[in-house]
Amino acid sequence: MSEPSTVPSDGLDTAACEAFLVHEARLLDDARFDEWLDLFTADAWYWVPSEPDQANPHDTVSLIYDDRRLLETRVRRLASPRMYSQEPRSRTSRMVGNVTVEERDVKVVTVRSKFLMLEFRRDQQRLFGGAAFHRLVRHDGTIRIAWKRVNLINCDAPLDGITQPF
Amino acid sequence: MTDRLAGQSVSQQDMSQFIAPGRVHRRIYTDPAIFELEMERIFGAAWIYVGHESQVREPGDYACTRIGRKPVVLVRDAEGEIRVIHNQCAHRGALVVASDKGRTDEFQCCYHGWTYHLDGRLKAVPLNHGYPKEFDPRNPNTAMLKVPRVKSYRGFVFASLAADGPSLEDFLGYMTTSLDDMVDRAPMAEIEPAGGVFKHAYDANWKLYLENLCDAAHPLFTHRSSIDAAQQQSDDVYSDGSGEIAIRQMRQNAAPYSFWESQVGIWTYPNGHSFLGDYHDDAKLVAAMKDPAFRDYIAALETHQGRERARKILEVRRWNSNVYPNLSFMSQFQQLRVVHPIAVNRTEVHTYSFRLKGAPEQMFRNTVSFANIVNGTGSLVLTDDLEIYNRIGMGLSSEGAEWIEVGRGFQTDAPDEHSGRRGKNSTSEVYIRNMLDAWLGYMTNGRAERARVAS
Repeated sequence: MSEPSTVPSDGLDTAACEAFLVHEARLLDDARFDEWLDLFTADAWYWVPSEPDQANPHDTVSLIYDDRRLLETRVRRLASPRMYSQEPRSRTSRMVGNVTVEERDVKVVTVRSKFLMLEFRRDQQRLFGGAAFHRLVRHDGTIRIAWKRVNLINCDAPLDGITQPF
Repeated sequence: MTDRLAGQSVSQQDMSQFIAPGRVHRRIYTDPAIFELEMERIFGAAWIYVGHESQVREPGDYACTRIGRKPVVLVRDAEGEIRVIHNQCAHRGALVVASDKGRTDEFQCCYHGWTYHLDGRLKAVPLNHGYPKEFDPRNPNTAMLKVPRVKSYRGFVFASLAADGPSLEDFLGYMTTSLDDMVDRAPMAEIEPAGGVFKHAYDANWKLYLENLCDAAHPLFTHRSSIDAAQQQSDDVYSDGSGEIAIRQMRQNAAPYSFWESQVGIWTYPNGHSFLGDYHDDAKLVAAMKDPAFRDYIAALETHQGRERARKILEVRRWNSNVYPNLSFMSQFQQLRVVHPIAVNRTEVHTYSFRLKGAPEQMFRNTVSFANIVNGTGSLVLTDDLEIYNRIGMGLSSEGAEWIEVGRGFQTDAPDEHSGRRGKNSTSEVYIRNMLDAWLGYMTNGRAERARVAS
């Protein structure tokens, strides 16, 4: 999709959004989950549907649906030495690409991207992929995530436990 | 250590050698030959949950599932009868129905176009003049074969691959009261699965799943990371309500051993079934008294069922009810899990939520939030359970101890008034021993007779 001819002056042009997504992926790969959490707004939500084209997170179950409070709890647990499903820890490697701005308003955009995430843990490697949608807002000179939706390509497959945010 | 039972042909063996009072031999969780026998002698004999009637409301509605590893189709035929038929073409054996669910007039194999009636009878064979003289398309065995016995209890459909055996009600016994509780909680006494399905998987034996679901002694330890994270969570942070339900449940897992020992019970019944007394009260969790949706729900229940009956219905408080070998459900929270054995060391579990007819819509949304934290593939709680199954799988596959302990509470279990046996309190492993006795019965006689070896 093509960008509007006038470059937006709110710091949310495609290049800035792409750089932000790459930064987010790097924080997750480096297990800097506290810093990742700081990317979200105070009333943000993070959603991984269990069905393709799932209409909402309220009437159908989700692989992950965290409001801000639960997202904080999730991130705090990721740091716990007693999180047995992370003993040993996962190592992850994410690729982000095909970044396009789908909707644009003043100081707020919806960005669509594609991702691949390799997860290695205890002799096994898994590959996840799909599309991510970020609602990004400009806030005090920085970019924040108001919501994030991750459409896993195999969201309705039988899956072993998921501990790593996408 | 040498495994003294290794190297013998399993089908010839006396299965009782694997079960001892309060102990079980590791091989029944790791031996592929024993797994094969289980598929034949347990999943080939017992009543297996195959779905809910509301999934096939109209003629032609179908839903695919499995009995053990065998793919089958739950379908409502043209006469309105619920059938379960093998999902296999009589010609070359291909899987006929490839979609998980749908509605159709007939089933047709995509290989040579053999076509079947909804009840599995053969309807048409293209090029049928080309077959040998004795080929008779009307032969009832030339069909998508019927599973011999199909029976419902209050909307829950069970099927048995065995032509003979105990009736469904005899098989369920006192567990019918748990299924009643699933349905009775609906103001209009009707429920339906809704809100999608979780399919989670792990690398270990299918028996471990039900063996964990009434385990009162593990949450405090296994779920420590989510307990700590939830206890440290500020309630001032924004929640749309769903996170609040999840965090309440995680905190509930911090109930101390003394609570489990003094206030919660465990009950077991013939054929391997059991339920854990509830460790919530309505002031603590969804359904939670302070939740306006739950108050609206109680009002709806009273309107439809009357005050006295509503009170009696809500008095029943059970956590997981397990129907051996593959079904577990939580009546109080409208959750149902179906265990699908894939291989001796691979298991899938499909979990469903149920909508209560006549309850406020928010009540179901609370159920969805609860499902996400209790049964979700990305749950902060369930992921540690899956880790435990994997670790048991890895441990039991080793050449370490041959026998493992399931003896907690062994000496203090007592008879129950409904021909069952209960633990002194919820921390008894009586429900595991009870399943192992059913296992031994099926594996020895094809019937879960109550041998009481393990228990």
